[in-house]
Amino acid sequence: MRFSAPTRTGAAATIGLFTIAVIALFPLFWMLSVSLMLPGEASNFPPPLLPKYPTLTNYRALFEQAHIGRYFINSLIVSSFATVLSLSFNVTAGYAFAKLDFKGRDLVFRLMLATLVIPAQVAMIPLFLMLKTIGLVNTWIGVLIPFAAGTFGIFLVRQYALSIPTEMIEAARMEGASELRIFRSIVLPSLTPVLVTLGTFTFLAVWNDFFWPLIVLTDEHKYTLPVALAALSRQHVQDVELMMASAVVTIAPVLVLFIALQRFYIRGLLIGSVKG
Amino acid sequence: MRHSLAAWAFAGPGVAIIAVFFVLPVAAAFAVSLTDFDIYALADLKNLRFVGLRNYIELVQAPLFWRALANTLYFVAIGGPLSIAASLGAALLLNTQAARFKAFFRTALFAPVITTLVAVAVIWRYLLHTRYGMVNFSLTSLGFPQVDWLGDPHFSMPAIILFATWKNFGYNMIILLAGLQAIPKELYEAARIDGAGNFRQFAHVTLPGLAPTLFLVGILTMAGYFQLFAEPYVMTQGGPVQSTLSVLYLMYEQAFKWWSLGSASAIAFILFLFMLAVASLQLLVTRRMGGAT
Repeated sequence: MRFSAPTRTGAAATIGLFTIAVIALFPLFWMLSVSLMLPGEASNFPPPLLPKYPTLTNYRALFEQAHIGRYFINSLIVSSFATVLSLSFNVTAGYAFAKLDFKGRDLVFRLMLATLVIPAQVAMIPLFLMLKTIGLVNTWIGVLIPFAAGTFGIFLVRQYALSIPTEMIEAARMEGASELRIFRSIVLPSLTPVLVTLGTFTFLAVWNDFFWPLIVLTDEHKYTLPVALAALSRQHVQDVELMMASAVVTIAPVLVLFIALQRFYIRGLLIGSVKG
Repeated sequence: MRHSLAAWAFAGPGVAIIAVFFVLPVAAAFAVSLTDFDIYALADLKNLRFVGLRNYIELVQAPLFWRALANTLYFVAIGGPLSIAASLGAALLLNTQAARFKAFFRTALFAPVITTLVAVAVIWRYLLHTRYGMVNFSLTSLGFPQVDWLGDPHFSMPAIILFATWKNFGYNMIILLAGLQAIPKELYEAARIDGAGNFRQFAHVTLPGLAPTLFLVGILTMAGYFQLFAEPYVMTQGGPVQSTLSVLYLMYEQAFKWWSLGSASAIAFILFLFMLAVASLQLLVTRRMGGAT
């Protein structure tokens, strides 16, 4: 039997993709599998792929002794609150830069875009000193304040808001609707998809962030998951199974969120990457 | 005028947050880098002294700083192109018309990107374990010798590069895939009629069509890779023998371990200058190549 050329390239590409997918997913599969092993089971040769007697021992230890539930809730609070703030500030500003005329608009927007070349770490030491002066070091507000508004978020919303028909806004204005009312009943409904995109982006960025919370949070009780995980992994170097269970607790929520909302996430990534 | 006021009410809060919590600190960072800001100044600002460029001069004379810079450049120069090559390969496969299950593969290949960096770094630390790690198990099964990935200074940075490639290639893959899909089908048609094979189609249609996207991806990747920190922090703590100490790691230790905030700010600024220089170089090379064709 002979296959036509497109079928053969298709089969070869599918096999190639399958191989890469195995490499991409294997570490995550291994994490889940080892998290269900008995303590010490993974440190054997040859390394076992599946748990002999699947157990939740590690998860129990993690929640009862390592208090991972607390870090989970900390992460959840910080990420959710940052998402709400980011949605409020970036969406109003993004709309204004797209559809409202005001003095200095283009200049401010261009200056904002210029800040994109500056890495965030340059700002971090003075920001830390500022927060220290106003007593926000070691608080969650301190952790999330850099995420409350950002050039990227404003740009994302602006690009999307440009497609709202100006006539619609003008017509409402002619009928005497207030600016706030126009925003609430015309602009916000047509921005729904980008709200989901920006919300997902912010939540994932804050949940995964490490450098900034590592600097700001000094009290162990306030750690977010990544900071707690880094500290745990230094104390429990030998406890592979326990560490894999804590990795599962950290990664599972973002994976689920991404799989549910990936359409919005990918679109945001594509709009955002045209910024250059 | 009433409109202008309303508009500023919408734009103002967001712009103000960026100004106060980003622009102002960046400006302040330069000022701090010209002082001897340390733990005494942290306790009482009266102890703060202006030292001009002394922090910069001291850094340039410190071997550890050069070590960190060289490590970071190694990571950027090898890890960046390797990641982009992996992204391009995956994007080309996903763009193959006759390939199956493409939606599933796209999600699977992107999954590492959204995972928490610290958590997957912890996973990889165990996968790279000399005796019980899956990586060495696979290597020895294939007849290769065992490698002490995170304990041997010659292999620690390659290990981190492999990990970073795994973690990040999905991101550029999505952008490059969009770039590939934007190349008009007729161009491939025309090339085929002219008798161009797969390779020549790739060299004469795909690559030129993808050049702007590749440039963008190159800049984004370079900027991201200069900020290497969490990988060595979790996997090697900068070791062994400082072989994975990055510029940002050095800045973190200067600032928050030794509280030399003046010196740390100078490090941050030098990092920024290096990123700008490399970006300009990329722009220059792209212009040259664009001008030649």
